Amino acid sequence: MSQARKVLIIGGLVLAAVGMLYGLHYAVFVEHQTLDRMGGALSNAFAHAAEHRWDESQHALTAYRETKYDYVRQVDVHSHWIGLAMLMIVLGVVFDEVAFSERGRFAIALAMLAGSIVFPLGVILQTARMAPLGSALAIAGSGLVIVAVGATAVGFVKGNAT
Amino acid sequence: MLVFGGIALIAAGMLFGDIFAVFVLHQNGGQSGEALLAAAHAVAAQDVPAVNAAFVRVGNLLEDRGTKVDAHVHMIDAGYLALLLALVQPYVALSAPRKKFLAKLFLAGGLLLPVGIFLIHYVGLAYSPFPVIGWASILADSAGALLIVVLLAEGWGFWNYVRSKHSSLVEPEPPKDRTWERRALLSGGTVLMLLGFVYGAWYAGVNLYEHENREMLILKDLLDQPAGAGGLTSSVNAYGRLQAEKAVQIAAHSHIIEFGLLAILLAFVQPLVFLSARWKRIWVGVMLAGSVILPVFVLLELKLGLLAGGIADIGGLMVIVALVGMLVGVVRQTGSLDAEVGRTPRKALGSAQ
Repeated sequence: MSQARKVLIIGGLVLAAVGMLYGLHYAVFVEHQTLDRMGGALSNAFAHAAEHRWDESQHALTAYRETKYDYVRQVDVHSHWIGLAMLMIVLGVVFDEVAFSERGRFAIALAMLAGSIVFPLGVILQTARMAPLGSALAIAGSGLVIVAVGATAVGFVKGNAT
Repeated sequence: MLVFGGIALIAAGMLFGDIFAVFVLHQNGGQSGEALLAAAHAVAAQDVPAVNAAFVRVGNLLEDRGTKVDAHVHMIDAGYLALLLALVQPYVALSAPRKKFLAKLFLAGGLLLPVGIFLIHYVGLAYSPFPVIGWASILADSAGALLIVVLLAEGWGFWNYVRSKHSSLVEPEPPKDRTWERRALLSGGTVLMLLGFVYGAWYAGVNLYEHENREMLILKDLLDQPAGAGGLTSSVNAYGRLQAEKAVQIAAHSHIIEFGLLAILLAFVQPLVFLSARWKRIWVGVMLAGSVILPVFVLLELKLGLLAGGIADIGGLMVIVALVGMLVGVVRQTGSLDAEVGRTPRKALGSAQ
């Protein structure tokens, strides 16, 4: 098996396991509490407004915003990690058909692995009060994945032409 | 069995998604808007119990919608996993009867998991011995556990193969052909995924934060103007429009990527599709065309309304029809293998005589 295929298949398997464990931990210990908090905060914002307790209503609305911000990103991390891992495994099966040199294929596989790790990691950091660093990593990671998938598409199309 | 079951699960999951989109999605969105408007009116009337009742209704509608989306997604993903498992079978060192048993278990789990999720909203906590988990959740969780057990057993078989120094494949690999269908599905699938990633990056950069800010502004408007009944309706409408914008953009992103992955997986099983080259090409063309039409017209739904929604549904239907066409080819292939097995003893008998 070529180095590029090993990087994609083994990297994909490890990343899938990490994504699933992260999701399992989140579902068991965090998600239900978060959903309760989110629903409760929005409902409280309206209930306090009905009682003309405006400050408490605003606090509840802010709590809703912050909880939802975290929730959306945590779920995205889980699904993107597993999705990217699945893509790496599937591409790993046919990566020898990408019409580039072995070195070129290895570079593409490394870029895909690095991007697939860094992109969701950046999203996690956005929820850990490190938004600028997190955003920078998420942009860099997603850029790497896009470049790698683009190069793979070119490799497949080139292979068709030859 | 895994190839047939995987394609069948994906086709069934997509059909369910199409039915859900046509008959449930829009109606559910409208009812959620009505419930939010009722909550805003209750704020204006300073009626706290009515606010709580409205949010109970919102929660109920969200559960109804969420469980149907989850049933759709889980059935399709179980199908993808079945196809992936089919690909790795040559490297799973277990006996043939055990592999067959595991395949049956996996397909049973892949079917029962979405059925359980679908029933959660309807069964609720009826006759449940637990305070928060109903029978439908128990069914879904058990089916999920079954899938995990099968995956672990397959992993064990793969480990056995690796430990045996890869001496020989446990069963023959499907032939790696260089046919037009395979190449079109591989290239088309990768390009679809690329488009989905680029669109996702654009969405995250341009729309994600803007949508989050707009949602807060609309909710603030709703809370700040309890006396103005006309303003409430326009705020609720704005909230509905925002939810629709988010939904179509996320749906376009996720569907085009899922279709890309499906196309790549289907490229691997083409040698098992026992149809003429012409029909194989037709189904590949229909599949790829539907994979572009659905996400593009889902996006256009906000501008063109129901017309675009209808065309998107037709795109989904094209993918389903192509899958069923390929499924027929897989059935014909297994039939031809059975016929081959049936003929072999007679031939052997003939040569002995």
